[in-house]
Amino acid sequence: MTINTLSQDGVQRQQMPCLTKMERMIISMQDPDMGIKLRNQRLLITVIPHAMTGLDIVEWLIKKCSISDEEALHVGQLFVKYGYIYPLKEPRNLILKADDSSYRFQTPYYWMSTRWPASELDYAIYLAKKNIRKQGELIEYEKECYNALHKRINHTWDFVVMQAREQLRASKQRRKGDRIVLECQEQAYWLVNRPPPGTQDSIDHGPERRTTNTRVQLNAEFYKKEIEHNRISLARNRVKSSICLESYVKYCEQYQPHDPIMQGCLPSNPWITDDIMFWNMNSETVALPTKLRVERWSFSFMELLNDQMGRKEFLTYLEKEFSAENLCFWQACEDVRHGETAKIPEKVDEVYKQFLAPGASRWVNIDSKTMEKTLEGLKRPHRFVLDDAQMHIYFLMKKDSYPRYLKSELYKNLLARAIVPQETKKSVFPFMRRQRHSSPSPALATQTAEDDGKAKYSNSNSGTASRL
Amino acid sequence: SSDTLATLKTESETLKTKLEEERAKLHDVELHQVAEKTEALGQFVMKTRRTLKGHGNKVLCLDWCKDKRRIVSSSQDGKVIVWDAFTTNKEHAVTMPCTWVMACAYAPSGCAVACGGLDNKCSVYPLSLDKNENLAAKKKSVAMHTNYLSACCFTNSDMQILTSSGDGTCALWDVESGQMLQSFHGHAADVLCLDLAPSETGNTFVSGGCDKKSCVWDMRTGQCVQSFETHESDINSVRYYPSGDAFASGSDDATCRLYDLRADREVAIYSKESIIFGASSVDFSLSGRLLFGGYNDYTINVWDVLKGTRVSILFGHENRVSTLRVSPDGTAFCSGSWDHTLRIWA
Repeated sequence: MTINTLSQDGVQRQQMPCLTKMERMIISMQDPDMGIKLRNQRLLITVIPHAMTGLDIVEWLIKKCSISDEEALHVGQLFVKYGYIYPLKEPRNLILKADDSSYRFQTPYYWMSTRWPASELDYAIYLAKKNIRKQGELIEYEKECYNALHKRINHTWDFVVMQAREQLRASKQRRKGDRIVLECQEQAYWLVNRPPPGTQDSIDHGPERRTTNTRVQLNAEFYKKEIEHNRISLARNRVKSSICLESYVKYCEQYQPHDPIMQGCLPSNPWITDDIMFWNMNSETVALPTKLRVERWSFSFMELLNDQMGRKEFLTYLEKEFSAENLCFWQACEDVRHGETAKIPEKVDEVYKQFLAPGASRWVNIDSKTMEKTLEGLKRPHRFVLDDAQMHIYFLMKKDSYPRYLKSELYKNLLARAIVPQETKKSVFPFMRRQRHSSPSPALATQTAEDDGKAKYSNSNSGTASRL
Repeated sequence: SSDTLATLKTESETLKTKLEEERAKLHDVELHQVAEKTEALGQFVMKTRRTLKGHGNKVLCLDWCKDKRRIVSSSQDGKVIVWDAFTTNKEHAVTMPCTWVMACAYAPSGCAVACGGLDNKCSVYPLSLDKNENLAAKKKSVAMHTNYLSACCFTNSDMQILTSSGDGTCALWDVESGQMLQSFHGHAADVLCLDLAPSETGNTFVSGGCDKKSCVWDMRTGQCVQSFETHESDINSVRYYPSGDAFASGSDDATCRLYDLRADREVAIYSKESIIFGASSVDFSLSGRLLFGGYNDYTINVWDVLKGTRVSILFGHENRVSTLRVSPDGTAFCSGSWDHTLRIWA
């Protein structure tokens, strides 16, 4: 039997490394020593060689991959779906059963990696053979396909019928056992490649990748750029793995109590108990925050700023220290960086007037070098013109005000008063499920903010406009 | 001339080999060794808590709203649906004029969604609560690529969108004007995914593509600052570790890998002999300890990021898992599948 090793469509084939992996495992399964023990299987009055049971397959997978029987059944099922193993007794049912049902390995000739996509001509010949053998009594969908093909490739129909007759004649000369095996193999191939309506199409792979139109031009310019990039990368400063990896261990440890999937959350996980207290207690406008939330502000400056409430508290602290303009400046810079392009010049101008101009009402203390560079850049304002100044103020707050805030009475007080919620257990009586309440849609903000023409931010308070 | 092209290609390959050698020099320990002292994870039980039914075809993409309970999802038949996942109610629905809507994103304000796919564009739809209003009427066409849109996400505001495309590029767009602010060239084939870095300075993002490469980009200059090429097939998904110091990627080679940006190398591979099909979508739990991977064999595998072991396998979907995201507060994750449904797991 010849195996077609020519790549039918090299590009598509690349997308399926799963086939290579499946084939490797299929070959392992057939190993004379370590593989599945094959035996003869009686099919009516014929004996089919090299068969195995579904249970054999599952048990082999459990042992080989050290997995549970559920997973082994699932993996085995994929081999049947992709046509590497086919059932003997109920060929149309491409399902793996972990019992004494019989299965056989598909011949490599019909593997998906060798004969894909299935050719229309081959399908026509197959249906023609069936049609002849069954004297016109094809199954409904096969009849439809047959007629459709007849129309579509009418010009080669003589060839199709001739091939069909020739193949039927050749198969009559084989031993009955061989003939049945070949028929099973061929049938299995077509069940996978031309699935009957209503069954899942395992060869559906989604839209094509790497199409020939608009391919990236791998020209001299591309490679020159790549070379430049690699040269720069070579010279890069790297940190020892031990230091980097240690930081993950620390990070995971620090955040574990805050990870609801890892450690649960109090009072309860809304998705599990249907109780939304957890969300209510952690909302932006709650009166008193939870302890975990306030603790988290101490993990990093970014954590404090990312929480709207944390930011407000920090602003209050800065006001006491007469350095609130730093945070306001930083926020204004964010607004420029992430806002509408058209509004940049006017926003930058506002920032200059309020924070940078000599005698400005909220003048920020930036070093002379950065100030000079920024003022020069303001002559031609663009999105990133305030970046240096913003970074300077950010690090100033991070290194100075932030650590002092964490030591302040304001913070310590809040932490002491912060709530540790009581645990709500899932309802013992499943039929007394809590009602799942809806919440006001954030889209309600569209109505109010649209008139103001405000740019919308990730941390903005979208308001709690009441639903009608 | 072809001589020069071949020479350039060889030179680039040589440099790549040298780069891998340099990267190996400071690799003094494996992640699982460092994690030996960490407590092992106990029995892991996660169940489907909600099933969102309503799409008439394959679900391709999903994104959470910052309110922690709403989700936008897109599918093969062009439908984009906004759900309150908690109640499972559908709140908005839009029919796109194209099929295979492979990308969708929720705006940070919660007032709009972006989506696109085989139309090669990314469009923004403001969400209106007026039941009579046709959402498609206010649609804004923002991004224009020369091939399919594979992913999109808003940056820190509703005003900018980052896109990746089958045309091999990524781009940053101003939503209001539709102007391209920056383009990112460097991938040798389709770009399939991207993720924004959660860093203090908020200026970088990572992308992955069919060239088996993942690239970290500077959003201001358009330059690729770091790239990694250790996967053996298409990279379907990239996601930053919560600290921003690393990112994970999921690939058709059936592995997920972790790359550290300071060590400048791959630091972990998450694979198993029984996992044969590609990982389509990955995301971390809040603490970064767990990595959830949705796979093309219909399952979800849960990995212990530190120890490198597979903690659990979740069955339930009846076709490929195509998209997976952890909720903003880490209480659950949502998976979308070619079986037309979305599931919330907790």
